[in-house]
Amino acid sequence: MHEVSLMQEAVRLALESAQAAGAQHIHRLALRVGALSGAVPDALRFAFPLVCAGTIAQGATLDIESVPAAGWCGYCQAEYRCEDYLSECPRCRQISAELRRGTELELAAVEVS
Amino acid sequence: MDGQATSGGGGPAPHPRDHDHAAEPAQAHAHGAGAESDAAAAHQTLPVRRSILEKNERLAERNRGFFRAKGLLVLNVLSAPGSGKTTLIRKTAEALAQGLRVGVIVGDLATDNDAARLRAAGLPVVQITTGTVCHLEAEMVARAARQLDLDALDVLIIENVGNLVCPAAYDLGEDLRVVLMSVTEGEDKPLKYPPMFHSADVALITKIDLAAAAGFDRAQALANLHRISHHAAVFEVSAKTGQGMPLWLDYVAQQRQSVRGSTSG
Repeated sequence: MHEVSLMQEAVRLALESAQAAGAQHIHRLALRVGALSGAVPDALRFAFPLVCAGTIAQGATLDIESVPAAGWCGYCQAEYRCEDYLSECPRCRQISAELRRGTELELAAVEVS
Repeated sequence: MDGQATSGGGGPAPHPRDHDHAAEPAQAHAHGAGAESDAAAAHQTLPVRRSILEKNERLAERNRGFFRAKGLLVLNVLSAPGSGKTTLIRKTAEALAQGLRVGVIVGDLATDNDAARLRAAGLPVVQITTGTVCHLEAEMVARAARQLDLDALDVLIIENVGNLVCPAAYDLGEDLRVVLMSVTEGEDKPLKYPPMFHSADVALITKIDLAAAAGFDRAQALANLHRISHHAAVFEVSAKTGQGMPLWLDYVAQQRQSVRGSTSG
């Protein structure tokens, strides 16, 4: 249930960017959320209107891009799709714990006017 | 570091390609405000690309630098509710008391029962009541730390909110993340909460005096821990009987030595 805190921070960053650009309204936030980030997209969507209320982002839409996890195999020097923190390289079957992607929690862009 | 640099200044100017919106000038109602349904106010997309956890990470690094300068060893203790964090902290502090001075920051959703138990043991304690927030953040720790006389301490133990999910994402500026699982919780705890156990520097199996009664499969639990927390130091303890505690205590004292060493060096 830390999605409210996360969303608060995302909106804070959006307000900061909008302000720096001299914008009056925020229409859309685009987030990138990794499959292993621990944040649940539905819970983020639920929190979003609550934390936007009373700000220039009120009524904005929320786009969430899910980022699939990718592991890195040091033996094959190659990336592969994975589902977990620990995964098996599909080529050499070595276990690897090195994640290249999948833990993102990022405000990618904000649409303003 | 300073956010403004990345967000505002360099951002590419007005992006007229507004795919879904700009195409229909009559859509102004979609954005609620209604104040100016001015279709001419062109929407633009500002690239931001900032981590939502960035602020916490920056504050955590600040905490870490501050604690380092004080020569403090800082532990962030995490577990599900009821795994024995408070008892472990109390016994650890009492046993270390001959050589090391220990202070505690306790996070709880409500009540200061844990803090009171630690205070009763004679420890300097600061309580953070988080209300509805399910984890501690670096900023809360910074505020709480100001209420402790850090110069009079060697080890600072932070008892996080009992929760194996949310606190995993929040660095507090600790040196070591200590994650507990008690024998009564089942051997598969690490498999159920991989982000937390994966982030552990130390994994403690607690309440081992109850292992037989709980039908605890030690080999399976260790196998699961090694799979998820493969780089973590693992200790098996009972804070109640003292079983296994000496190894853990030696480890803490040793870690404190190396933090101390890195400060003076």
